[in-house]
Amino acid sequence: MFGLTPSDWEALRLTLRLALISTALLLVLCLPLAWWLAHTQRRVKVVVEALVSLPLVLPPTVIGFYLLILLGPRGAVGGTLERLGANHLAFTFTGLVIGSMIYSLPFVVQPMQNAFQAMGRRPLEVAATLRAGPLDRLVSVVLPLSRQGLLTAAVLSFAHTLGEFGVLLMIGGGIPGQTQVASIAIYSHVEAMDYASAHRLSLFLMLAAFLLLVCVYALNKRFKIVGMTP
Amino acid sequence: MPHLLKRLLAGMTSFALTLTVAQADQTTARIAAAASLRPAMDELVADYRSSHPGARLEAVYGSSGSFRTQIENGAPFDLFFSADMDFPQALEAAGHAAGEAVPYAEGRLVLWSGGDDASTLTLQSLTAERFRRIAIANPRHAPYGARAEEALRSSGLWDALEPKLVFAENIGQALQMVHSGAADVGILALAQMHGLSLEGAAFQVIDADLHQPLENGYIITRRGAENPAARGFAAFVQSPEAQRILENYGFSIPRSH
Repeated sequence: MFGLTPSDWEALRLTLRLALISTALLLVLCLPLAWWLAHTQRRVKVVVEALVSLPLVLPPTVIGFYLLILLGPRGAVGGTLERLGANHLAFTFTGLVIGSMIYSLPFVVQPMQNAFQAMGRRPLEVAATLRAGPLDRLVSVVLPLSRQGLLTAAVLSFAHTLGEFGVLLMIGGGIPGQTQVASIAIYSHVEAMDYASAHRLSLFLMLAAFLLLVCVYALNKRFKIVGMTP
Repeated sequence: MPHLLKRLLAGMTSFALTLTVAQADQTTARIAAAASLRPAMDELVADYRSSHPGARLEAVYGSSGSFRTQIENGAPFDLFFSADMDFPQALEAAGHAAGEAVPYAEGRLVLWSGGDDASTLTLQSLTAERFRRIAIANPRHAPYGARAEEALRSSGLWDALEPKLVFAENIGQALQMVHSGAADVGILALAQMHGLSLEGAAFQVIDADLHQPLENGYIITRRGAENPAARGFAAFVQSPEAQRILENYGFSIPRSH
């Protein structure tokens, strides 16, 4: 189909899986962090904010380089896993998920934090006086009111992971079916001067990304997903 | 007063003359060189500069494949030192070279491990369970990767080792994978061992009969045809002195020479 080889399809499936998993995990894990950042008065906040934004500034090769060391058998994460009898995470799909999550972190935390700040404390206080418990307050007040920020975070993280390249190039190892995602497969086609294959896969990815964004903006028109205005 | 003027004029003329002479000698030759050649090329350039103080050389390092594409599209390089023979020959065939592609060095494959003393290793020992990940350059487009695959195939080990292989985009990244410990062992380039052997790291050279030769070739580009510095440096690379430098950095002198 579309002139793509089975290994191209495999790379596309892997990309989709990577984007879905890392986006889902990021949304869950960043919720408390963004909440804390939106409401804390502590001085350490600026340091945490700077750390969260670091992936925006650093070249992907820097992140990839440190991740390779960190996740490898001699790194803090990989080494601990090895001592526990498990395998280190370099060149694994799990490693790619961790890499994507770090790379997309600011794209999730920042819209969430903005949404929580815009919402303010008032709705929660009102809900609390009506005897809503903490979970109830989260589900029936916080999440619906910050829907726009949450959806923006999800869309940005997903789109960012689809196009990710540098980090995955460093920690992936290009193993077909395990770590060779679409962007790496395209790069490999280009380097091997197989321009026809590179064109087909690139065109497919471009169309898919375009359709995705059309859907997002169509939804946006009705539900206001992307945009800074509250 | 006229006397002084005359002397001043004469002085200015001779100064201008020196300038033009120096200018003629000072055309910059821009060299595109394969990243794997870096330490050796740095020394070659420094050596040439010290014997030709007027010559201006500028080396840019990158992937041979990218340089090929760039030169095809008119990139301002006077010399191209590739990590293989195919790219310079392709450029020559397409009319982008001022002469024919010349082999200048031959690379060798080595086994190197961050954790193990690799001097006792053979390709066969890579089947051992403690070697979980083996890094090689991508055989689809990196010459060292293609030769590594040939060596594994001709030793009959490819099928057994393929599930353990991880593919780096080039030989430099493969070294980094092993150096960080993420890959347990790698099939790398002897030329990369220069810096590492200073750290006392031991490696094992792989039998060159197991694969096609890793011939590296260069061309003078059409742009560099009239550049004296480019021509001078190209001639220098063929000299015994330059070949000795290349050998120091782990290259052999091409057999076809």
